[in-house]
Amino acid sequence: MADTLATTGSYQLLGHPADLSGHVRTLGPLPTGSSPAWVDSFWSALGASGLGGRGGAAFPTSLKLGALNRHPGPAVIVVNAMEGEPVSHKDKVLLNRAPHLVLDGALLLAQASGAQRIVVCVPIGRDQVAESVQHALSERDRVAYSTIPVTLVRPPDRFVAGEESALAAWINSGRSLPTHRPDKSIPLRLGKERALVHNAETLAHVAMIGRFGAAAFRSRGLPEEPGTMLITISGAVAHPGVVEVACGTPLRDVVARANPTSELRALLVGGYAGAWVAPHHFVTPYASIPLRTIGASAGVGVVVALGTDQCGVCTTARIARYMASQSAGQCGPCVFGLPAIADDLHQLSAGRTDVQWRDRIERRLTQVDGRGGCRHPDGVVRMVRSALEVFAAEVVAHQAGMSCNDHVDTAVAR
Amino acid sequence: MSAFRITIDPVACDAYGYCAELLPEAITLDEWGYPCVNGNPLPDELLAAAKRAARDCPRRAVTLQAKESAR
Amino acid sequence: MNSTWLWYATRATGIVALILLTATMVLGIATVKRSRARNWPGFAQQEMHRRISMLSVVFLGLHVLTSVLDTFVSIGWASVLIPFTSSYDRVWVGVGTVALDLMVAVFVSSLLRARMKPGTWRAVHWLAYLSWPVALAHTFGMGTDAGEPWVIGLGVACILSVAVAVLWRLQATSRPVPASLPVVAPRERVAQHG
Repeated sequence: MADTLATTGSYQLLGHPADLSGHVRTLGPLPTGSSPAWVDSFWSALGASGLGGRGGAAFPTSLKLGALNRHPGPAVIVVNAMEGEPVSHKDKVLLNRAPHLVLDGALLLAQASGAQRIVVCVPIGRDQVAESVQHALSERDRVAYSTIPVTLVRPPDRFVAGEESALAAWINSGRSLPTHRPDKSIPLRLGKERALVHNAETLAHVAMIGRFGAAAFRSRGLPEEPGTMLITISGAVAHPGVVEVACGTPLRDVVARANPTSELRALLVGGYAGAWVAPHHFVTPYASIPLRTIGASAGVGVVVALGTDQCGVCTTARIARYMASQSAGQCGPCVFGLPAIADDLHQLSAGRTDVQWRDRIERRLTQVDGRGGCRHPDGVVRMVRSALEVFAAEVVAHQAGMSCNDHVDTAVAR
Repeated sequence: MSAFRITIDPVACDAYGYCAELLPEAITLDEWGYPCVNGNPLPDELLAAAKRAARDCPRRAVTLQAKESAR
Repeated sequence: MNSTWLWYATRATGIVALILLTATMVLGIATVKRSRARNWPGFAQQEMHRRISMLSVVFLGLHVLTSVLDTFVSIGWASVLIPFTSSYDRVWVGVGTVALDLMVAVFVSSLLRARMKPGTWRAVHWLAYLSWPVALAHTFGMGTDAGEPWVIGLGVACILSVAVAVLWRLQATSRPVPASLPVVAPRERVAQHG
């Protein structure tokens, strides 16, 4: 993976020193405080900033803190560096290049919520990231940076393990199972403690807002979607990697940063649970609302470039197969529906569809959408629907019997 | 005259199908036997059947909410 | 109370309780999940299962009451709940007490179902699978009518019906859960495609 591409502009997460003394020298000391007045002003700054979660749900950070503080009792801050999205690497890069920003963000939230401890979650298998976190933690210990204890835990590396209720469940009971949460204003619980779970990048922004205020964050990006975001660019590009861009940067400008190697057939935006975007929509800004209007989703900062020499249908079939295997296994529509949809796409990919194929897959997509305990099936449905639209020509060709050389001929679900 | 809503906990549900038998006006089964709930508020005439469905569900997956408090 | 009358009542209510318990088991075992369309009212079977289980508890209560009140043999109140403490036929009355304890546990847990974790309730409910063979053993172990052909026939019918229900349930899972699909190494797979 190529080095991170640095950005210009006054507000940025990447580009500051990674070591503790450099971090403090360049960005200044961490604001400390715990009085109600301090908590209030910090909370207002978060609200004024308009910061939303960078883990995929984009939930307003100040609302989450407010909901937590409405419920008394001990609290714990959970740093979610699980990054279950296979094509996303921003959190890894962030924890390598700016671990102290992430940890500072967690500290500030701990101060603002009365939390007594912080838990950092890095999945099994990402030892290099874990080492970087450990190194940062020992730097902080050496100078007694803060009194709030920080533990590093290693949950399993599965797609849904990074979903916040699944992460809380794992810390609680060792099983990464999402819970059905119709009311998100009730905080997650870890035993007797309330838990505030945040994506690593979100916490880095919190640390910056805590130091420099809401206006600094809002100096970049769009009024309705301010700040910067980290995006992982991969696929048919010469320089895949993680870039930091202002929110609302047009997709074509984002992917240009990584030098596409060929003409592009489509972009997969938001991750495997995001959506495909056709070339005539490459001008769309990378932001929630503009993407939603074209049937896509900002999701996690991810752009995967598909070259004109690649098949969108076969790629989608492969992604759907992977996503079906990553179900937590708790809800029928996901457990049965996703493999069925993956099978349908496999048939399409192999040029072996029947007359009812289209009706069947459309029916299944509608049946699965929104009927799981978490958003996993919803994301797959969105991604597949976008594929059927963006790759309409390829779908027709495959329905007529075409099969690509590189379609995956593995066993279908029973 | 208030209406009410049915919600089904997808994690608890194990596709016994009794809810769909008792309340066919509001619940149908998908091709794998799991319930699809018509999202609209339901009239009071169906309340007795809905309560029975909630009581009979072997996994306690069916809950009823008065329309005012439903989200 | 006439001891002979009580004695007949004990035996009769015992037999009836066994039949009702068997029916409860069969109705509970022979359920099918994940079935798309069927002509069978599953909810009615579920409700029957519950009602017959309550009826069997009623007859069990009468069976116990009459056996304790019968002064011809000495079965104290304590041995109703504590197994192997009866001075009359300690072993087989004790076995009956075990069956009763298990049934009471299942019954009470169902009454308190809303207040316990679903996993706990389910675990206790599985004790029912134990209570039935124990009740059957008690019936034949007590020996009073065990030699009668019709009682033997009844016992065989009970065993057969539960066996059939179990076999039917084992093969009737209408849709096996898909096995975890092979994970297609996703990292950079899309990126390296083509």
